[in-house]
Amino acid sequence: MLKYLPDILSGVVVTIELAILIVVTGIAAGLVLALLRSLGIRPLNWLIIAVVDLFRSLPPLVVIVLIYFGLPSAGISPSGFVSTWLSLALVLMAFSEEIFWAGITSVARGQWEAARSTGLSFAQTMLSVVLPQAFRLTIPPLTNRTIAITKGTALGTVVAVTEILGQASSAMSNSYNPSPLMMGAAAYLVLFFPIVVAARWVETRFAWKR
Amino acid sequence: MGRDAVRVEAVSAMIQTFFNPEIIAASWPIVRAGLLNTVLLSLLVVPLGLIGGLILALLASVRQPVIRWALMAWVDFFRAFPPLVLLILLFAGLPFAGLELGGFVCVAIAFFLNTGAYYGEILRAGIDSVPVGQIEAARSTGLSRLQAMTHVVLPQAVRNVLPDLLSNTLEVVKLTALGSVVAVPELLYQARQAQSLTYSPTPIVVAAVIYFLMLWPVVRLLSRLENRALAGR
Repeated sequence: MLKYLPDILSGVVVTIELAILIVVTGIAAGLVLALLRSLGIRPLNWLIIAVVDLFRSLPPLVVIVLIYFGLPSAGISPSGFVSTWLSLALVLMAFSEEIFWAGITSVARGQWEAARSTGLSFAQTMLSVVLPQAFRLTIPPLTNRTIAITKGTALGTVVAVTEILGQASSAMSNSYNPSPLMMGAAAYLVLFFPIVVAARWVETRFAWKR
Repeated sequence: MGRDAVRVEAVSAMIQTFFNPEIIAASWPIVRAGLLNTVLLSLLVVPLGLIGGLILALLASVRQPVIRWALMAWVDFFRAFPPLVLLILLFAGLPFAGLELGGFVCVAIAFFLNTGAYYGEILRAGIDSVPVGQIEAARSTGLSRLQAMTHVVLPQAVRNVLPDLLSNTLEVVKLTALGSVVAVPELLYQARQAQSLTYSPTPIVVAAVIYFLMLWPVVRLLSRLENRALAGR
């Protein structure tokens, strides 16, 4: 069965690439949306809320299928990799925007006023006073969500991305043997179990003492 | 004038492709059957996950370090394991062991294991949030351990974590779309069938609209609950 090990390993590489892309772009976009929302421009906020609600309501697999099978009819044909990246990044963006926004609004109004009255600008207040406190609150829910959505890279199989599950499934059907699938399953555990354990540690570390 | 005409034509072409009324009408029976199955599937897997979670949470309330450690490992295992991989393992892996379960049964088992772990974690946090004094008081009035749990601890525990339970339930309903991978004829599966019959993305757009209309009220409600929880700090 070692014959299929290189396939699984190449799947691991694709999964890691995809996961890093999703996490970086998704969280960055979520933070940008939350910061834009804090400017308090009404029509813009409605737009942000609409986009966030949309991607919180739709199952990630539906978004992937929609982009991969739908967009070609509009003349754009993204690859399976790009479709999966885009879809999961949008979903993570929506969830992280909510989480960042909750963090920002949790900082008491008096802190804003105090910071502004010492002469800090809006941007300085946000950067040096509000965000450091907000991040503390956002870390446990954000790590949870990020893990849940990053695991979704396995959904890429449906649109022929050669990540772990895709490689394992095709190796299984080539070899008429479930061992590659077991290897793939083990690869997911090796990849994600340490992250889950680390997240649990972070959760207790940053938990709010009530 | 000419530019406006081009614009109108482009918009109508978009509608013809992505929201074609004739295709909606033609594929509606297929999509509708999928919607019905998604509702039925959700009505099955949500209670199944809750039961799994309740079992885990009750076991954890025994407050024995060994049991708690074992349960934590169990929960972390399923938090690390993508549900789709679990589903494929059951659906495509078990037949090699001589056990051929249908897609539907595989979905039920995978959800019991995967979403049970998430529900269990939430309910455990809820039970932990009820002060020990409450259990002692209940026990001292003569209630048995089980009675104290069902009448005193659980009602408060559930209330304390209601937003988390609701949020997880939303994720569970969204997760039923995975059934499409193992040929369970739920909404996404049916929409893709209709898509390949009509050569049009319209059915998938319709399915997405249905998911949105179905789940958006829950998302709104959750946003409200989260904001209120923060305001209460």
